[in-house]
Amino acid sequence: MSDVSPPPVQLLSLNGERMPRDEFDPWVADLDGPALLALYRDMVVVRRIDTEATALQRQGELGLWPPLLGQEAAQVGSARALRDDDFVFPSYRENAVAYCRGVKLADIVKVWRGNAQSGWDPYTVNVATPAIIIGAQTLHATGWALGAQRDEVDSVAIAYFGDGATSQGDVNEAMVFAASFQAPVIFFCQNNQWAISEPVTVQAHRDIADRAPGFGIPSLRVDGNDVIAVLAATRIALDRARTGGGPTFIEAVTYRMGPHTTADDPTRYRDPAELAEWKTRDPLLRLHRLLTILGEITPEVEAATEALADSAARELRAGCIGMPDPEPLSVFDHVYATPNAVLERQRTDYAGYLASFGTDSNPEV
Amino acid sequence: MTSLMTPAIVSTVPGLTPPSPTPLTETKTLTMATAINEGLRQAMLDDPKVVLLGEDIGALGGVFRVTSDLLAQFGARRVIDTPLAESAIIGTAVGLAYRGYRPVCEIQFDGFIFPGFDQIINQVAKFHYRTQGAVHMPITIRVPFGGGIGAAEHHSESPEAYFTHTSGLRVIAVSNPQDAYSLIRQAIASDDPVLYFEPKRRYHVKGEVVPELGASMERAVIVHPGTDVTLLAYGALLSTARDAALAAADEGVSIEVIDLRSLSPVDYAVVEASVRKTGRLVVTHEASRSGGLGAEITATITERCFNFLESAPERVTGFDVPYPPARLESHHLPDLDRILDGVDRVMGRR
Repeated sequence: MSDVSPPPVQLLSLNGERMPRDEFDPWVADLDGPALLALYRDMVVVRRIDTEATALQRQGELGLWPPLLGQEAAQVGSARALRDDDFVFPSYRENAVAYCRGVKLADIVKVWRGNAQSGWDPYTVNVATPAIIIGAQTLHATGWALGAQRDEVDSVAIAYFGDGATSQGDVNEAMVFAASFQAPVIFFCQNNQWAISEPVTVQAHRDIADRAPGFGIPSLRVDGNDVIAVLAATRIALDRARTGGGPTFIEAVTYRMGPHTTADDPTRYRDPAELAEWKTRDPLLRLHRLLTILGEITPEVEAATEALADSAARELRAGCIGMPDPEPLSVFDHVYATPNAVLERQRTDYAGYLASFGTDSNPEV
Repeated sequence: MTSLMTPAIVSTVPGLTPPSPTPLTETKTLTMATAINEGLRQAMLDDPKVVLLGEDIGALGGVFRVTSDLLAQFGARRVIDTPLAESAIIGTAVGLAYRGYRPVCEIQFDGFIFPGFDQIINQVAKFHYRTQGAVHMPITIRVPFGGGIGAAEHHSESPEAYFTHTSGLRVIAVSNPQDAYSLIRQAIASDDPVLYFEPKRRYHVKGEVVPELGASMERAVIVHPGTDVTLLAYGALLSTARDAALAAADEGVSIEVIDLRSLSPVDYAVVEASVRKTGRLVVTHEASRSGGLGAEITATITERCFNFLESAPERVTGFDVPYPPARLESHHLPDLDRILDGVDRVMGRR
């Protein structure tokens, strides 16, 4: 086996030209101008949300924010391939996936504002809450898929994770289980080249996509900045899972243009030339060029898209700032599903302590 | 594909005869291992969403035979022989729970739970809190625990305090076949995750089992009433504690033995009432002393019952050592004499 693998599957050139590819083209034959424009709108909006959330963090309204800048195509392309009854198990950077699934904008930042440990009810949008322990969610996705298999439905689980997560035992165990039981699950790896400060070469001595076949899992390596290629690959994997073909591994080769989180400083470990090079492969730029060629981009369309993004940013900001602080005694809520006498005693004691200051909600008064 | 709703005979193992699917309907004398098996069978008959996951739990019936014949009765889609990865056994159970299943995981031996520790602590215990009640984790994790069987390293441990320290988990330990049967059914029916500890050296001890749910798994139970000393035990040491009560009675000391059953939450109502009566407390467990359950219980009882105490509470526990080699374990494990020594100390006789 050669150490030099073929380049990732690409269906859209840097100049915005459709690149034909027989085994992928049928899966995206339905993508006409309006469909492509809808994908572009999603990407513009999520980038604007990302910028606004970073600003909210800088202004002290969020404790932290993990930007997705540069990964819009990987996330929008895969999320828009899903059916409503499929279930997403994200890491903590899948803000565009959450947006595409219909999570309310304020709910996306609720965790990062520190108001809750999860921003939404997973069952309302079929998106699990963000997983912070690296790779843990791949096992949850596999277990959910085992459940779908037992329920004899053709819903599919998709686990999102990064290149760094592929070093975790859980991700490897998930692939063993998924292969062993032929579970309907997609392992969607966004290889964004960096795990905080560690380049992907620290995690993997060869392409990450090369690992899956060793587990008996078919693998696809696609240009993660090419929304059409990502959509095609995800549809292929979904179809395989729905028809009893078991799991698929997708490596979406992309780039984290921003910091790991707002607490990170990539200038300490990253060559600026690398960022400059990846900016030429910007996922939005590329799709904009195709839409221009197709005649879908007009001044009116540009203005409407900008207005949509601005409106999303305003909604996010208002929702974030207007979010009420949780009630102090809610710290005790939902630890258990059934009553727990030991914990109830602590709640009662603390309620009494707070009340001793003359109010039941604010000891500083 | 077989339906999960209908128990189907799908075993493909040659020579494995499907057993009668009839659940326990009358009082029977059973070993603890068989009692758990009957409890699992009843839970699986009661709820088609109950699935078992673990290593060697299928054709073999588990290394302790606790899942014997369940594969033949319920099929491979509900009795799942998993690859050898504890984190994945727990992690996939989380995903199954997400989809509305009630997974029962078997961890083969106590020391093997640690590869799955992260999923238990970071995921199983926290999901209900994390999602503000939206996602339930009705997962039961069965763990054969404790020593006294002359085993190799990692096969004799008592890791319960790691889990009683973790909010979001319920922890129980059974001491007799009746509780083994009743509490496995209660654990599986619970909407909270439950660590279910099985005292492996008592697996083959027999007892009468009534096919009933019995006292709530949250309740501590007085198994031998007394007036001078409260003696708390759970799991394998319960029978030693009963022996201690009988031996002490010969010397004129009346011991009240309490089977703790629930290690988290502790049923302090029962323990407090007993200590207010006796004024003396001894807690015994096989697990190491420092940071163990005995430390928590003696601290809490001292806080709540200080004015009722005639003497400082005592702990009779394993030492703060890694579990020792088999030929040393009799020194590490609390036995009748060490428990009686603890009783003497709270009685001011030593």
